[in-house]
Amino acid sequence: MNTENKDVLFGPIHLKNPITLQVLGICSALAVTSKLETALVMSGALTAVLISSNVVISMLRNKIPSSIRVITQLAIIASLVIVADQVMKAYLFDVSKQLTVFVGLIITNCIVMGRAEAFAMANPPGKSALDGLGNSIGYAAILIFVGFFRELLGSGTLMDKQVLGDWYQPNGLMVMSPGAFFLIGLLIWAQRAYSSELNENE
Amino acid sequence: MELVNIFLQSAFIENMALAFFLGMCSFLAVSKKVETAVGLGTAVVFVLGITTPLNNLIYDNLLREGSLSWLLGAEKAASVNLEFLSFIAFIATIAATVQIVEMAIDKFSPALYGALGVFLPLIAVNCAILGGSLFMVQREYDVAESTVFGIGAGFGFMLAIVALAAIREKLKYSNVPAGLRGLGITFITTGLMAMGFIIFGGIQL
Repeated sequence: MNTENKDVLFGPIHLKNPITLQVLGICSALAVTSKLETALVMSGALTAVLISSNVVISMLRNKIPSSIRVITQLAIIASLVIVADQVMKAYLFDVSKQLTVFVGLIITNCIVMGRAEAFAMANPPGKSALDGLGNSIGYAAILIFVGFFRELLGSGTLMDKQVLGDWYQPNGLMVMSPGAFFLIGLLIWAQRAYSSELNENE
Repeated sequence: MELVNIFLQSAFIENMALAFFLGMCSFLAVSKKVETAVGLGTAVVFVLGITTPLNNLIYDNLLREGSLSWLLGAEKAASVNLEFLSFIAFIATIAATVQIVEMAIDKFSPALYGALGVFLPLIAVNCAILGGSLFMVQREYDVAESTVFGIGAGFGFMLAIVALAAIREKLKYSNVPAGLRGLGITFITTGLMAMGFIIFGGIQL
């Protein structure tokens, strides 16, 4: 694998992370992470949709007129999400119930639209698939991190199994929305303290 | 009374941005100045108020199990369930509405177009709008209820984004640690705002 492809695949994991640096796909990252299981399933669904949408849009990139490209992209993405939703309803019914509206919201998940617009419209299918995979890994890494700590600190369990003993008093704030905001805020701080070139100067 | 409750619930207790994290991308990106935040907020109220009842009509008359009875007759329609098409139908309605609203505003009120113009295309891909329609289906609202729900949810979003923009304008003058500057401190601020909004959960409707 040459350096360029490596950069496309591994860049989004740290230095170009879709959530903490490109500010894409925050909604679902916050909403489905109160438990580790939902975070894992959501990462899987997004990976499937993102890779296939990047490939399909990249294959059609020379045929889509630029004046209606947004609605074309939306139609492609919505069809792929319907497939993902039906598959989840068939095989993972309980989890798909817990995810409520957020499976449907993959359509407007800014990562999918953002990558389609920024990468797939200008690059060949193979490379776009790599870009989709890389961004999915970056997204999944954040989701799993946040989901792990929210479930562990918020209810003392992991994957619904008791991990922390009776001595631990669950911190209800972590399960509620502020916990998610604080965790991602602190994660961004840690990431930028590690690589200071990412700091913003406002 | 029921409608007032839905409004209060969607605007404060179940705030789109702070409780359900919907519309976060534009919430974080367009909250640097109060003026632009008001512009985006107004556009969201507008579009949510139109698309939610519109999607409600489409869902109730075309997509729901057995809802095609006006076209096929009750017997045949009972076996038709187009619910799986709702994602693509909703997003198409939203994208089309945004286009039409944009053209209508441009024609009839150039001043308003100047204020909202940039934000309208952005809104088609704002998760708060699609989220509004999906919640409407989940909670089984009728047309009146979904209109109130759409406007209430939009109002709650506007309230949150304007408040965040006001805080961020002041934050410019504070000495934030280097790594937290920008996105990091915005997340922490939003977290504190969400904590404030939790108190509305105590309201009994």
